[in-house]
Amino acid sequence: MDLNFIEKYAPMYVEATGLTLRLGFIGIGFSLVIGLICSFLLYYKTPVLQKIAACYIELSRNTPLLVQLFFLYFGLPKLGIMISSEGCAIIGLSFLGGSYMAEAFRSGLEAIEKSQVEAGLSVGLNHGQVMRYVVLPQALSISVPALCANVIFLIKETSVFSAVALADLMFVAKDLIGLYYKTDEALFMLVVAYMIILLPISIMAAVLEWRLRYAGFGN
Amino acid sequence: MQGLGINVLFMGNNLPRLLEGLLITMKISLLAVALSIVLGTLLGMVMTLRNPVTRCLTKVYFEFNRIMPQLVMLFLVYFGLTKLFGINLSGQVSAVVVFTLWGTAEMGDLVRGALISIPKHQYESGAAIGMTKLQNYRYVIIPQTLRRLIPLAINLTTRMIKTTALIVLIGVVEVLKTGQQIIEANRYTVPTAALWIYGTIFFLYFFTCWPISILAGRLERKWQN
Repeated sequence: MDLNFIEKYAPMYVEATGLTLRLGFIGIGFSLVIGLICSFLLYYKTPVLQKIAACYIELSRNTPLLVQLFFLYFGLPKLGIMISSEGCAIIGLSFLGGSYMAEAFRSGLEAIEKSQVEAGLSVGLNHGQVMRYVVLPQALSISVPALCANVIFLIKETSVFSAVALADLMFVAKDLIGLYYKTDEALFMLVVAYMIILLPISIMAAVLEWRLRYAGFGN
Repeated sequence: MQGLGINVLFMGNNLPRLLEGLLITMKISLLAVALSIVLGTLLGMVMTLRNPVTRCLTKVYFEFNRIMPQLVMLFLVYFGLTKLFGINLSGQVSAVVVFTLWGTAEMGDLVRGALISIPKHQYESGAAIGMTKLQNYRYVIIPQTLRRLIPLAINLTTRMIKTTALIVLIGVVEVLKTGQQIIEANRYTVPTAALWIYGTIFFLYFFTCWPISILAGRLERKWQN
């Protein structure tokens, strides 16, 4: 292990970590929005739109992110649609994440018993209020474990961004291996970088789940 | 030969080549799935033990695999092992090793979840009506565990098939690499090949994983109670 090498090139990893986190969180933000919209469409059984949401979920859940990215980055320009690397990464991650988040929200919404809705309506709340004050708070707390798992999953998936020419962690590691043949150091820093990103998120997720269980929703 | 870009699929034996590439992906992922199911079941049983040492070790193993991106694991095994220990695995073998390590961890967690979800009274009522331990497992516990486990395990299978797409990045010639070769070979005659080839690969993956997902959903609904 060459410590000087690690010291010299660590800033490259820090920069790449920033990129990974930035794209990851933008993608996760969009995924949450898409997921929430899709799960509402499915929950309220909106005609036509419900079918579209279901198709989207199936398409996105059953194809790998790498293939989606290749299609966006190399395929679409042939139709005259040019999207930058970062744009592709964000669109790809949101497209993939949206369906996973939708499933998480949906399972939460469906877990709320019908009697809750009826009780809300019978005390004079309208449908919007029932959703806002009765169903959603309970559904969200049920969805939290799945949502946290999805956040970790999506950040892991960002590791394929190097395939569309983004200088993320994988890219830096590959670069250093290629340039200096310092495979052990480059891979070591790669593992450490992902640990630093994901371990706190994983721990926070565990704490959050524990707190919610403590709050006594559902179980 | 300007024509429509989609023709590139039917030129020569391009489509059979793509399917052959898909077959390699499937071979690797299904081999890893099979190994993961066997090893993961064992791991899951070990994870339910109350021994603090095994608990800690399995927890670390599971968390590491849950946190590390599979692409990083592929790099570790494909490049790292060679450099550190001189173990030179081919891309395909590295892929099977990595996906088995990861799949075992995920499967182990599913098995653990299914096992601890069986309430204690199920064991006790079995014993109370005079079943031996073996009969209890055979007729009461295992059938219930399997019903919870099988849909989840099938979902894991589709996840593993999808993740296998990553192996193109350690140089295995599979469906994406074959696609790239076709695109490069037709760069001048069919400039729009990338659109059609990547579109086709997208749907090849979709039609591989979709039926499996549907099956998992059906079984889940059927066995919900």
